[in-house]
Amino acid sequence: MSSAPDTSASAKPKNYLNEKITVSSWLLTLDHKRIAILYLVSLLAFFLIGGLAALVFRLELMTPEADVLRSETYNKFFTTHGIVMIFFFLIPSIPAVLGNFLVPVMIGARDFAFPKINLASWYVFMFGGVLALVATIAGGVETGWTFYTPYSTMYANSNVILAVCGAFIAGFSSIMTGLNFIVTIHKMRAPGLTWFRLPLFIWAMYATALVILLGTPVVAITLVMIFVERAFGFGIFDPSLGGDPVLFQHLFWFYSHPAVYIMILPAMGVVSELISCFSKRRLYGYRVIVFSSLAIAVIGFFVWGHHMFVSSQSTFAGLTFSFLTFFVAVPTALKMLNWIMTLHKGSVSLASPMLYAFGFLGLFVIGGLTGLFLSTLATDIHLHDTYFVVAHFHYVMVGGGVMGFLGGLHFWWPKITGRTYPEGIAIFAAIVIFIGFNLTFFPQFQLGVHGMPRRYHVYPEEFQVLHIASSTGAMVLGFGYLIMAAYLLWSLKFGKIAGKNPWNARGLEWETDSPPPTHNFHETPVVRHPVYAYEYASETSNEPDVQSEKGHV
Amino acid sequence: MDHPVVPVKTYLTIFGALMVLTALTVWVAFIDFGHGLLNDTVAMSIAVLKALLVLVIFMHLKYSAKILWLIAGSSVIWMIIMIGLTLTDYRSREWIESQAHRAIPWASNPPIEQPAPVADDGHH
Repeated sequence: MSSAPDTSASAKPKNYLNEKITVSSWLLTLDHKRIAILYLVSLLAFFLIGGLAALVFRLELMTPEADVLRSETYNKFFTTHGIVMIFFFLIPSIPAVLGNFLVPVMIGARDFAFPKINLASWYVFMFGGVLALVATIAGGVETGWTFYTPYSTMYANSNVILAVCGAFIAGFSSIMTGLNFIVTIHKMRAPGLTWFRLPLFIWAMYATALVILLGTPVVAITLVMIFVERAFGFGIFDPSLGGDPVLFQHLFWFYSHPAVYIMILPAMGVVSELISCFSKRRLYGYRVIVFSSLAIAVIGFFVWGHHMFVSSQSTFAGLTFSFLTFFVAVPTALKMLNWIMTLHKGSVSLASPMLYAFGFLGLFVIGGLTGLFLSTLATDIHLHDTYFVVAHFHYVMVGGGVMGFLGGLHFWWPKITGRTYPEGIAIFAAIVIFIGFNLTFFPQFQLGVHGMPRRYHVYPEEFQVLHIASSTGAMVLGFGYLIMAAYLLWSLKFGKIAGKNPWNARGLEWETDSPPPTHNFHETPVVRHPVYAYEYASETSNEPDVQSEKGHV
Repeated sequence: MDHPVVPVKTYLTIFGALMVLTALTVWVAFIDFGHGLLNDTVAMSIAVLKALLVLVIFMHLKYSAKILWLIAGSSVIWMIIMIGLTLTDYRSREWIESQAHRAIPWASNPPIEQPAPVADDGHH
């Protein structure tokens, strides 16, 4: 049994990183923590590809004429950006990286219920990702990430089938991960860890896994339908064969709207952990947050028709979906209230992960509220398919999803790598990213309201100022990511040794070594306190405990 | 997890039942019940029965914990949500366009042949 020396690196304890260091020990590992690292590296590669594609078309958009890209090439670039970012970065980001690493550790288990399925999920994911990239390199796809019919089935002359196969295969990887989460959370919790003692990150993962399991099969079958229509001429979406193109949109959005919650629920889980830790308080309204996560997971399946208000869907269905969409705002608003109430009278510290949590709160509120404009039938007629929509979903997915991912990555970085990053530069990078993000996407709301349609690269001259602002913002944002990449890589070798619990946080993951041993804990932990028990002193913290408000349970 | 030992005879019986039901589906497809909806109902009922046999016996739901029943049931509910809300679109499309058909909107031909402005993907 090894104890963890916090200051000297001389007597290195065995952990999951240094136990074996051969290539095959990584590629054939069944350790959930190593699989999480495999996912992290591959997802960051996809993020880089998707980001570079965006930088190229933002460069094109700096002038009203087409000077860098031809129309079809422009379409291919934004399609690559969409497919890569959605299917190969945002959907797996938090579940496959942070979830894979943390779910067993946070519930006191040695690994997932199905470690081999977990490893298989990474290989399946990479196979799908490579197919999609091959489709891009071998000529590209110009349908947009939504693959709308009849364009994708009848008119597009590109590698639609290959890209569709890639997305289809990646779906199986999601399903495997989701299945693992649900079974593990049900069956493998440590003694004393009851359902309502689970950290909210675990609840968020659970709700996400439900959405994945119930939704992904539908999009998989829908993509197969495109395949059989394009390859064998079956009449499913083609009216001349008795099909209906709008049916595709129904089936596609039945999954792809809940997919937004696959991206945002995990980020909400991360933010709950961050706000609790950096306010040194138990979360206000724990159960409300739990049930609002589940409510979002369920209600998210009733609203897909709001993507189709102007695509010949019946007005009555539009009314129904508009009405139902407003309900999603309720559990989300409840969460917001609870987070803000947690900050109230907490001892808030502005560490870099907390800055990302604040970024999430502000940006996600803007993203969510502009969603209400779009779910209102009458305003959507004007705003549909304009830059307003682009700005809205980037505020939700990047402002919400990516901020949550980065906040979580910074928060658990010392646990994952055993080292801390330089806090000053991290705060600087967080601010640069926040400014860059807003500079990129806030002007797009303006562009949309004034009628700039999405997916066009030639536009009237009066839009140029806002487009230049947006493109400049994209570069600032990219610069912020570069700074982050630099100091995180630097910290791998030169960062200070983190110790078990550098943030003085609560939760089982902070009671084991950093990085954790291969089987996570030297002894199976027993949970004796409620969750987020900041009123009890931590045994593993490096700092003296500031909070000693006893009797406030 | 303990897997129950199911006698091969049970599997064969169920397999036989599935074959008979498949034959039945083909047979009723040639009978005109006088209303398209009725034909669909009969075909779907047989299909549901077959799916239940597969779920309960072949996929061992019969021998499983109640939580697995809950999970299997929720997927059925989700399918009902998907089909039900999709039908709110298809069944109400002609309510505005042709008041004449208001009596039984679903009795006329399916309204999918409308010249609708599809593909709002921005560049057509």
